[in-house]
Amino acid sequence: MWKMILRRVLILFPQLFIISVITFILATVMPGDALSGLVDPSVSREILELERERLGLNDPLPVRYVQWMRGIILEFDFGQSFTHRRPVTDIIGDRVFNTFLLSTAILVLTYIIAIPLGVLAGRYKGRIIDKIIMLYIFTALAMPTLVLCILMILFFAFNLGWFPSSGSVNAIVLAGGDAWEIFVSRLHHLVLPAFTGAILGTVGIVFMLRANIIDRTYSEYVTLARSKGVPTGVIFRRHILRNSLIPVAAGFGFAIAGLLMGQFFIESMFMYPGMGMLFVQSVNARDFAVVNAIIIIFSVLTALGMLLSDIFLMIVDPRIRVE
Amino acid sequence: MSEPILQIKNLRTSFRLEGRYYAAVDGINLEINKNEVFAIVGESGSGKSATALSVTRLHNPNYTTIEGEVLFGGQDLISIPEKQLNGIRGKHISMIFQDPLTALNPLMRVGAQIEEPLLYHSNMNAAQKKARALELLEAVGMASPQLIYRQLPHELSGGMRQRAMIAVALACDPQLVIADEPTTALDVTIQAQILDLLRKLQKDTQASVILITHDLGVVAEMADRVAVMYAGQIVEIASVWQIFKNPRHPYTRSLLASIPSAGENSGRLNAIAGTVPTLRKMPRTGCRFARRTPWISAAAHQENPTYHEIEPGHKVLCTCYRSFRFEGVNGGDK
Repeated sequence: MWKMILRRVLILFPQLFIISVITFILATVMPGDALSGLVDPSVSREILELERERLGLNDPLPVRYVQWMRGIILEFDFGQSFTHRRPVTDIIGDRVFNTFLLSTAILVLTYIIAIPLGVLAGRYKGRIIDKIIMLYIFTALAMPTLVLCILMILFFAFNLGWFPSSGSVNAIVLAGGDAWEIFVSRLHHLVLPAFTGAILGTVGIVFMLRANIIDRTYSEYVTLARSKGVPTGVIFRRHILRNSLIPVAAGFGFAIAGLLMGQFFIESMFMYPGMGMLFVQSVNARDFAVVNAIIIIFSVLTALGMLLSDIFLMIVDPRIRVE
Repeated sequence: MSEPILQIKNLRTSFRLEGRYYAAVDGINLEINKNEVFAIVGESGSGKSATALSVTRLHNPNYTTIEGEVLFGGQDLISIPEKQLNGIRGKHISMIFQDPLTALNPLMRVGAQIEEPLLYHSNMNAAQKKARALELLEAVGMASPQLIYRQLPHELSGGMRQRAMIAVALACDPQLVIADEPTTALDVTIQAQILDLLRKLQKDTQASVILITHDLGVVAEMADRVAVMYAGQIVEIASVWQIFKNPRHPYTRSLLASIPSAGENSGRLNAIAGTVPTLRKMPRTGCRFARRTPWISAAAHQENPTYHEIEPGHKVLCTCYRSFRFEGVNGGDK
């Protein structure tokens, strides 16, 4: 197992190199740079040109790439964001925690909701409880993210006023409250976006789990287990459920990878200051320092997440265990 | 002979297809004696597996109805509650399935799968169960039981998996083992090994075996008595010796004629024209094999076929056997 992990980590390096090159090229190919658009129009072209020269924007691509990579690897420096006028690392640092909080909440809620629903629907296929769950699933499937976000805000924030519709923490509480109050305020802000994300996230898992359970119920090893005189409840737990949860577990490992990637839509709709929202804003502002940094970080996290997912699967599925 | 161990009376197993029930097993009567290998042969779709699964009600109850009686140890397995039946399944009557790759749980170690019936049918502690599992693994001819015990089904070869499944079936010393095409999924050399093993174990344990197969070679090698099934009915029942020596029903004779013989270059293989009718198209009256032997006149069949005893223990359904001759079967002049 350690051998396999080591091998996977080693493969990571060429992968990341290729991703970084592609990101870098795409970013430089796109029109506009740090000095276009946001600079005072009265500044003359000569000065802009000088400034470009000073910032190294006229250097050949490989030189610029090496400089960029050297900053990242040696000093963990992703450069300056020209829209925020702060180091990229600082800006991301502010957002990472928020996104981590939101994604974890969504992930936990998703599985807490999805697994019981999938198990119930699969076990009682065709009965009334299955029909109710499928109605929920089809509604959630058909609902565009945007519409669901707006409905949640309209209903729970605007009409009922139970939860705030935007932000990650109350500014007044943050300024004057103690640690406990800040924590409660964060949770309070988390509820709407987290539930919205979870409602959307359950769809696939419930579907898959239900289909797996129905499929396994008719498998031959279940018939064999029945021919051994194993009680129905035990057959469900030991033979049907375990085999049905494996693909779901694979998805869970993969979802861990997404923990820091943010939820672009949900963060944008709920004005939740996380990585997703930062990414969308930065792309719109052509803030390539931030965009590149986020893509690189996402790539590393995705690769690590996939590794984590594989390790997780090895724990759950004995067939994958490598001696 | 002594009291039969299992009696099947008027068994009728119906499957639901689009809201209607169709009988796949249509009123069969059988008696299985102690310490005998009883074979059920027939083409695909003739209802032999459906019969096998009906004995301990392993069909999905949502889509199946089973009527009739299956008497075992003074109880009717068709009418006793599931809980009581679970006390018999695996303990007194166990199953061996066709494809050990799909019939063994892919996530459970072989040892655990062998121990599973012991969990519910014995008071053994963990060490005793393990000892029993190892003993069984050795009995089914595994070279290194200790290793196999810890392995998962996918780590074994096809033949070894089938041996493991046989070990599962024998765990509780059953009185009756129902083997549903136990060698069909294996290649020929392994088939012979598994058959040898089954025969040896049957002799050692004195268990009765119901052997479901479509392979008459397997029947000749293994069985004491045979029932030939066609379209959900038993068309002929006899001892192995009688069946091969003196087959009477047109279907049995066609089956035997379609066995290719080695050594002679006889050109095209003999095949029975047509196929077993599907459940929905199965004729429910008259002789069900009639349409595959159109050269036999309708008058030769009985309107409601009954069994005719040819010799003691040798019975044939319908009167058409009297006027059967080979025709329309390739090389039918045999």
